[in-house]
Amino acid sequence: MNALWPALRAALIAAGLAFPVVALRTDLNMDNQLVLEPRWSWMLAAMALAFFGKLALGALPARKPKAAPAQTAEPPARTKWIARAGLALIALWPFLALFFAGPSGALKWIDNYGVQILIYVMLAWGLNIVVGLAGLLDLGYVAFYAVGAYAYALLSTQYGVSFWICLPLAGILAAFWGVLLGFPVLRLRGDYLAIVTLAFGEIIRIVLTNFSSLTNGDAGIASIPRATFFGLPFTAGPNGFAAFFGLKFSPIHRIVFLYYLILALALLTNFVTLRLRRLPIGRAWEALREDEIACRALGLDTTKVKLTAFALGAMFGGFAGAFFAVRQGFVSPSSFNFMESATILAIVVLGGRGSQIGVALAAVAIIGGSEILREFDFLKTIFGPDFDPTQYRMLLVGLAMVAMMNWRPRGLVETRAPTVSFGQARQIGADMVKEGHG
Amino acid sequence: MTALLRVEHLTMRFGGLTAVNDVSFEARRGEITALIGPNGAGKTTVFNCITGFYKPTAGRIAMAPQGALDTAAIDALTRSGARGRNGLFLLERMPDHEIARKAHVARTFQNIRLFSGMTALENLVVAQHEPLMSASGFSLLGLAGAPRYRRAERAALDKARAWLERIQLIDRADDPAGALPYGDQRRLEIARAMCADPALLCLDEPAAGLNPRESADLTALLRAIRDEHDASLLLIEHDMSVVMDVSDHVVVLDYGRKIADGAPAAVRADPAVIAAYLGVPDDEVAAIEQEIGA
Ligand SMILES: Nc1ncnc2c1ncn2[C@@H]1O[C@H](COP(=O)(O)OP(=O)(O)O)[C@@H](O)[C@H]1O
Ligand SMILES: [Mg+2]
Repeated sequence: MNALWPALRAALIAAGLAFPVVALRTDLNMDNQLVLEPRWSWMLAAMALAFFGKLALGALPARKPKAAPAQTAEPPARTKWIARAGLALIALWPFLALFFAGPSGALKWIDNYGVQILIYVMLAWGLNIVVGLAGLLDLGYVAFYAVGAYAYALLSTQYGVSFWICLPLAGILAAFWGVLLGFPVLRLRGDYLAIVTLAFGEIIRIVLTNFSSLTNGDAGIASIPRATFFGLPFTAGPNGFAAFFGLKFSPIHRIVFLYYLILALALLTNFVTLRLRRLPIGRAWEALREDEIACRALGLDTTKVKLTAFALGAMFGGFAGAFFAVRQGFVSPSSFNFMESATILAIVVLGGRGSQIGVALAAVAIIGGSEILREFDFLKTIFGPDFDPTQYRMLLVGLAMVAMMNWRPRGLVETRAPTVSFGQARQIGADMVKEGHG
Repeated sequence: MTALLRVEHLTMRFGGLTAVNDVSFEARRGEITALIGPNGAGKTTVFNCITGFYKPTAGRIAMAPQGALDTAAIDALTRSGARGRNGLFLLERMPDHEIARKAHVARTFQNIRLFSGMTALENLVVAQHEPLMSASGFSLLGLAGAPRYRRAERAALDKARAWLERIQLIDRADDPAGALPYGDQRRLEIARAMCADPALLCLDEPAAGLNPRESADLTALLRAIRDEHDASLLLIEHDMSVVMDVSDHVVVLDYGRKIADGAPAAVRADPAVIAAYLGVPDDEVAAIEQEIGA
């Protein structure tokens, strides 16, 4: 009986929520008139789901809150082994895809699941420097991605500069914009910082939309030169990559090349971040996240510390942007809206701020997860031909967020690894580590 | 003994409240100067002005980390409008991080401000940011693992190890600072400030919340800092046994004004000081009366 009341309440709440959005559906009829199409059965189903779900939850034995240990031991050898296996899988992924799916089927697996995920891994690693290490909440990270993409798009189409020269230039330009934004903005803290960075992201997008003489506005910049294999284009002609290496031409060569290119860029981001963490600059970022006032009392120029974090994060965003442009061959402002910033930030938060491996796993889960929804077309046989599983992407991301906030509020990897130790380094529990946002 | 810090006519107003009112005093090299007074007297505000966290409403704060304070030189510097030159600094003109880095003034906080999610060792290494940063050559030498940076890092770790041993925390070097007991955190914060290589160390109530044994340890630590590490101390303290025991020179504030300044024995007998402390709760008065044998 005691379990019934909460269950009834849950059902009522479900009814309240479902009534306006599920039960009352509007549609256009043949004469283009808006008609109301009630779906009471759907609403009843939602109520039943809430009722029985709550009952079932109540029947579970109560979870004892377990005291979080301040420190946990170094991950056992097993974890290291798993990490190595994961790296091997990533390194061999295109060939595994080719082997199992054949040349035509592999394209999707390498491009959608490989390249697409790795772009976000790299972006999230770049943002992780700003949000995870330095503890500065940046809601406009996509601006630097856009700067990198347009840098390559414009330099290559207007001046014919090659990708390999544009790539560092895109990074430098993005870092430059990071510093330019940083100067006025980094005096702000917390919510104010978040809002101004968000505005900066939007400003860049709106400028790209309206500065038509340079950026061609909403229509974007098309026919951006594709990547070449250090000068060898991926074409069928006699000067192409395939001919040079005596291979049979296949469009998959280019995709495999792009895969390894973004993999190298992402690993570079990771390598530099991990090394910097152990240098004074990286320790200063983390100290800033822990306590800005103490930093200043120790002689750290916190403005410089923040600027370097911003510039470095922006630089990796710029690299990723140049890669994006060379992969798509087309850029337009709509690729750089706030949703992108939000997705990248969600990956960092879900993965665990400051943790490289956690962020990578979260990128696989969120980006891979939304790609995999496309594979669920068979659900149409159950829900009817109108059912489009990809429409549920944001719903699932939201559910994942709610679940994480409940069970692992500090992300998949909650602990922090010390940057230096005298004895055996031990992980530091999340309850000690601050979140920053200064 | 020559002075290394001279505070002149320091005034700090918050709106209508004058927290510090025309206070002047000196801290001398190789001495422990105590700044005492009832709660709300303005002691922490004086610290915040010296360390640049507040910009004083009026007054001049001169600091000579190595040489001696010379009145003519201070006046010349004041007229020149510069922040500092030839090893002489006017702290009220400098931002907080420059005061720590160039004028070599380090401080601790009344409410401990350790980097709680970093280990005790990391806390001490962050404090050595300046020498490590210049050795890492904009991080490029550091990224490349250049020998120059490796040497600097080894020296920093050695210094951290020596301080951890000095404060008996070497066994907890790899524990997060936030997980240490309160007394250990206090000592770690002092060691961290010392790792920043200060000429003047400002401690805000270092004995607050310590038990008598820990207080005695602290007194020994403060003496060692003065005698072995070539640093002068400026100390805010409520615990009169610590103040009378350890300080060479005492400055007393009440309602933002200086009411006494001199050797501990002279200050404890000063009627104005006794009267000032009568305004505080009974147990504190009793404790002080016992201290001074009244
Ligand atoms: N930032 C501030 N804004 C307003 N009033 C302040 C500020 N800091 C200190 N005060 C006031 O100045 C007075 C002196 O404070 P403080 O220096 O902290 O005293 P003490 O450290 O001697 O106990 C108090 O009345 C306090 O409320
Ligand atoms: Mg105080």
